[in-house]
Amino acid sequence: MANQGPAYYSPYPTALYEGVSTPVEGKAILLDKEVDEETAMREIAKQMLTKENATIFPGPQVLYSYSDEARKKAALIKEMAEVLNAKMIPMYDYRPKYPKIDAEIEINPNHPNLTIWHNDIKAAIFIGVHCHYANVALKMVRCETDCYTIAMCALSGHEDAMATIRDQHASDLEQFIKIAREVKAELKL
Amino acid sequence: MASIKDMTDTHNWSGQKLVTADHMLFEAPREKHFMTGSEVLKEAVKRCTVDASVSYPITPQSEAAHLIGELWAEGYVGMYFRGENEFGVMAEVAGCAMAGARTITTTSGPGTLRAMENFPQWSGTRIPCQLILMARGINSPLTIQPDNLEVTFMLETGCMIWYAENVQELFDMSIAAFIVAEKPDVHVPIVTVVDGFFVSHTRESVMLPADDIALFPYEPYKAPLPPIDSETPPGRFLRDPFVMKSNYISYATHASWQWEVRSAVERSRRYAKHFLKGLVHVTGSEDAEIAFVTCGTASHQAKEAERELMKHGIKSKVIKLRTIRPFPKEELLKELEGVKHIFVPEFNVVGWLEKEVKTALHNNHTANIVGGPRVAGGMSLPAEAILKEVFEHINVEGK
Repeated sequence: MANQGPAYYSPYPTALYEGVSTPVEGKAILLDKEVDEETAMREIAKQMLTKENATIFPGPQVLYSYSDEARKKAALIKEMAEVLNAKMIPMYDYRPKYPKIDAEIEINPNHPNLTIWHNDIKAAIFIGVHCHYANVALKMVRCETDCYTIAMCALSGHEDAMATIRDQHASDLEQFIKIAREVKAELKL
Repeated sequence: MASIKDMTDTHNWSGQKLVTADHMLFEAPREKHFMTGSEVLKEAVKRCTVDASVSYPITPQSEAAHLIGELWAEGYVGMYFRGENEFGVMAEVAGCAMAGARTITTTSGPGTLRAMENFPQWSGTRIPCQLILMARGINSPLTIQPDNLEVTFMLETGCMIWYAENVQELFDMSIAAFIVAEKPDVHVPIVTVVDGFFVSHTRESVMLPADDIALFPYEPYKAPLPPIDSETPPGRFLRDPFVMKSNYISYATHASWQWEVRSAVERSRRYAKHFLKGLVHVTGSEDAEIAFVTCGTASHQAKEAERELMKHGIKSKVIKLRTIRPFPKEELLKELEGVKHIFVPEFNVVGWLEKEVKTALHNNHTANIVGGPRVAGGMSLPAEAILKEVFEHINVEGK
């Protein structure tokens, strides 16, 4: 993503219209630059460790999915939160919450900015969110907030996040946790 | 006739060996056949492990829907049924695709407009179904003739639009279309257009791979929205409250959602470039100052005009657009370097391709753009008409 938010009151222009697309296999995107995965993982760890109220938003694919991979990932995300000193606020489902979301305890893809504003979140990881909803949310977060968004995607990645890394399976999360521990030690946190 | 078997890791239900799209399109040996566009579409569908097809095969359209029905009877297509009308067909296609089925249908002209509301709904729900649009025009009195006016109505539906020139391109494109549409970061519907009658009903030579191979099946759990299953009710988000509200949250969601659909179409460029070997195809003289920007069978006629112009010692080139959405702006600009006169021959009265070209080139190119020649209502587009247009606009010797 070329610019960190807040951008405008509208999600336009989206990253695609600013010339940033999803990363090719084996690569990641940091803002508008293509980088290798390890570089991205180090920057993601740094952002999460140094920004205020860093939070992980786990979505339905890791909260409810009935697979060994999902179970393994869920345990690793918990470990990731501990290593990054991050809070966890789940995206339970994709239905807008009316009359009012409890922004303290959940985030929703149709009004993700409310949770970010309420908790003053300056860096966040989206993980386990179906790609369409992640993209809808990421566009809104950038236009409404100054949160540094990170998308750790099991498929193709998300160009509307400030950092995106693709094909993230359990083994990749293990690798990320290892790198995050190293960065944490380097930063003496 | 294929016998129905269980799907395995290596073979589909009709016993065809599963292969990648790269193998199917670029590596598998091919043999020459002589077929109509409708027949060739049947051959493409046969090799795509298609789960479902819905049709409203009225006369006269093409035989395509009927022939896909035969594939079901032969055991190559998982499910096939008739809708009550075109609107019903497109709604049922949506249902099949939302439930995780690789789905195809075909229509043309007035049927397309009758079903119109469904197309932006298809893209909004991120289904990767394929519509083969055998263009035949829209007007009163009802036309059944070749004309591609309906394409202009499809341009802003959020669907990808590819345009095939001939039966060979129809075969290759309709296979690649599924694969590109199903990429998780794309995952929007694709409309593969051919000019009705000129392609659908005309027999041409076509190179086909053997029919004992087929594409790997669609993987719905890689979709960007949860597919319908026993835990996910259909159309959940369509009933969710934000769509009904008049407040900023609702506006922001809708805006973001629509930009996301358009972004998804843009993401298809990289895949389309690979499978179509470029979003544009150029023939003629590289250093020409005259260019024809075309799609579909108008490309064929423009190529004939290019050859005729060469006999007069006039260099020209034909830039055929293989994709209309996404529009290949960068590729077009690159191919138009040094060009002074652009002609856009079309099979419709409104000149929708001319408008697309002018939009793309506005403030980016100084060439004179001529929207024409245009024919409609079933008229053919002889090379002579294209030459006449060129000679009327350009002072050249030997005309």
